Amino acid sequence: MSTQTTTATTPKGFSGSVWLLALIPLLLLGVVLTYLVVTGGGLSDLAGPPVEQIAIERITLPEPGIIRIEVINDGPQTVTIPQIQVDDAYFGFTAEPSNTLPRLGSATFTIPYPWVQDETHHIALVSGLGTLFVGEVGVAVETPSPSLSLFTRFGLIGLYVGVVPVFLGVLWYPFMRQLGTRAMNFILSLTVGLLVYLAIGTWLDANEFAAELPAFWQGVPLVIFIALISLGVLLAVGNAQKGTESNPLSISYRIALGIGLHNLGEGLAIGAAFALGQAALGTFLILGFTLHNITEGVGITVPIVRHNPGLKHFALLILLAGGPAILGTWIGGFAFNPVLATIFLAIGVGAILQVVWEVGKLVVRDSARMNMPVINWVNFSGLVVGIALMYFTAFLVKF
Amino acid sequence: MNDVTRRRFLKVGIGATASVMGTGLIAQSMGAQQETPTPTGEEYSEHSAHNNMSEMLMGAVDHERNGFDPMQMLVDWDFGTVSTDENGETVREYEVSAGDVEIEIAPGIFFPAWAFNARVPGPSIRCTEGDHLKVHFSNFGTHPHTMHFHGFHTSEMDGIPHVGRGEVLPGEDFTYEFDADPFGCHLYHCHATPLKRHIHKGMYGSFIIDPKAGRPPAREFMMMMNAFDTNFDGGNEIYAVNTVGHEFMRRPIPVKVGELVRIYLINIIEFDLINSFHLHANFFDYYDTGTTLQPTLRLVDTIMQAQGQRGILEFRFRWPGKYMFHAHVSEFAELGWMGFFNAVQPEDYASALAEVGLDEEWDRKGTQGGQV
Repeated sequence: MSTQTTTATTPKGFSGSVWLLALIPLLLLGVVLTYLVVTGGGLSDLAGPPVEQIAIERITLPEPGIIRIEVINDGPQTVTIPQIQVDDAYFGFTAEPSNTLPRLGSATFTIPYPWVQDETHHIALVSGLGTLFVGEVGVAVETPSPSLSLFTRFGLIGLYVGVVPVFLGVLWYPFMRQLGTRAMNFILSLTVGLLVYLAIGTWLDANEFAAELPAFWQGVPLVIFIALISLGVLLAVGNAQKGTESNPLSISYRIALGIGLHNLGEGLAIGAAFALGQAALGTFLILGFTLHNITEGVGITVPIVRHNPGLKHFALLILLAGGPAILGTWIGGFAFNPVLATIFLAIGVGAILQVVWEVGKLVVRDSARMNMPVINWVNFSGLVVGIALMYFTAFLVKF
Repeated sequence: MNDVTRRRFLKVGIGATASVMGTGLIAQSMGAQQETPTPTGEEYSEHSAHNNMSEMLMGAVDHERNGFDPMQMLVDWDFGTVSTDENGETVREYEVSAGDVEIEIAPGIFFPAWAFNARVPGPSIRCTEGDHLKVHFSNFGTHPHTMHFHGFHTSEMDGIPHVGRGEVLPGEDFTYEFDADPFGCHLYHCHATPLKRHIHKGMYGSFIIDPKAGRPPAREFMMMMNAFDTNFDGGNEIYAVNTVGHEFMRRPIPVKVGELVRIYLINIIEFDLINSFHLHANFFDYYDTGTTLQPTLRLVDTIMQAQGQRGILEFRFRWPGKYMFHAHVSEFAELGWMGFFNAVQPEDYASALAEVGLDEEWDRKGTQGGQV
């Protein structure tokens, strides 16, 4: 009885005094924080030795005789960098905005140093307490600065590793239309297999970037949450569509999106490799990616084998799946940002998982129509062949 | 420093660019000192314009806060309190205390040192062959310490753990007593365990015993080649003579053309197997350990010392100018162990002193010899 009266009165009284009630803990929090800041809260004896920590985000060689290094202070306290060693020798430098970095503060150090083309250089930032923060230039080449010709060449790389293989894969579409239900189930399962491979690969790539992020980003949880959120959003989008069965074209688009984000990650890695002087890997790597990515074209078109959507949609699908490789190469080469790379790849993981789910449902549906169990030899071998194709072609691009 | 990884990728066509740049760098370093910039290589010269001598430690150390100045340490001999005993023998008494002190070993880099008399290296204890020495040592530090002198003395006075007095605990004191013998360029250091840490934390100093008849008049300098492992990884980050890296690059040591220069050189660096001394544009006579009156090496320009090795160098500059001296271990040189002599004509000496903040007192201490 009393509960009813309370609930009845609450909406009316939800004003002034109620807001005050909500504010009380915040006001007290303010008091406690002020007390801690002003007096030290009686913990002054607990103050340990200073902790110095900084993360090196990027080392570039913008021109001959210049090394530039971007750092962020991801430790708990202010850090000063009074000296810098390059290859075990002290060199003068300039710091922007300052060589004293507050917590979460960033700085760019510019060191006049006659770096040597194609050789390795080691840079150590020495803190006021003599702690060394070490970075490496694996192979010294001038960091590409945006120019029209380089822009075009990076675009071409993206085209070769993204758009071309997806396009070639899509050319199997007319062949697939001739296939019977059994063979189609095999191809659907193969698509699930290659998507599973991509999900795992993208996940590992995302974590590789995440591990390098400054501590406060909490890289690995960031990847998990973003992957889960993008998975959730795409599932919700899928469920919002009418009926229980998803529109095949929409599934194709979502596969293309997931693959596109994966290819964006590949583009980033390739662009960054070029920027870091690993361009020698060039042609062989590109060839490998072209071969590796050709099955992606098959995956995109599988859901629409029985519903030809017309050339315009094919073009859009190819562009959505392959185009991001071009974008990724540009970003990786000119403005590599490990935070954005991590986020894009994490979204890719969620997107690919979602289409694994969608294509998986198609396999379940078609198997049920043929009165076969979901896990039969046809489906299972399709899955294994899909994974194996991706795995073995990756030999060409992993080292 | 031993964390050098092999370069991972090999390509051709390195030579040309590298050598051009190398020349530019050397030209820049010498040019900046002599204020005659010699630009070689288009890319590099534009940087040398606004980066004076960029290939060294940046900024300057606050010697006042440190409480000692490497330049003063070249000449600030501690002759002790002198008296004569009943047999007419000279007695010298020294006060030395151990303590913990934070010192600035390179501009902006602070090191938690253990030190004798709050300085690294400790006082330059100087005396004459045959003097009776009493070194009153007290430990104000947080760890046990000792003073271990290189020289003849009884086992009780050796300043090592478990023998004689053994380690002197915090708050305790002990007097080391022995006769100065043999003459030479010696050193003392803490011998408490762990030895490596007690030495590299800064517990060492020079111990100079002059021969009874003295040595020929000269301008004399004490140079302790030392180094600091700032991140305690078993390798040194800063190398120097008298503690502060590249100090004598910034403040060249004033000497007069033609005068005899004598250096008491001691190597105390930890972790690295050898250290060395190389003098530019000159040759010197070398007296290994300083225990002879005749040179043990004549007309050399580089000598090598292992840890604890030391000796005396004698040379004269023929012409005015700035002359480098440094470890001929390039790595040490570029990590701080590198400096200049500024040789000037006698009439220009006063201004050369003033340029680096020195006065006549410094001149006097450097030329008074050991007979005080």
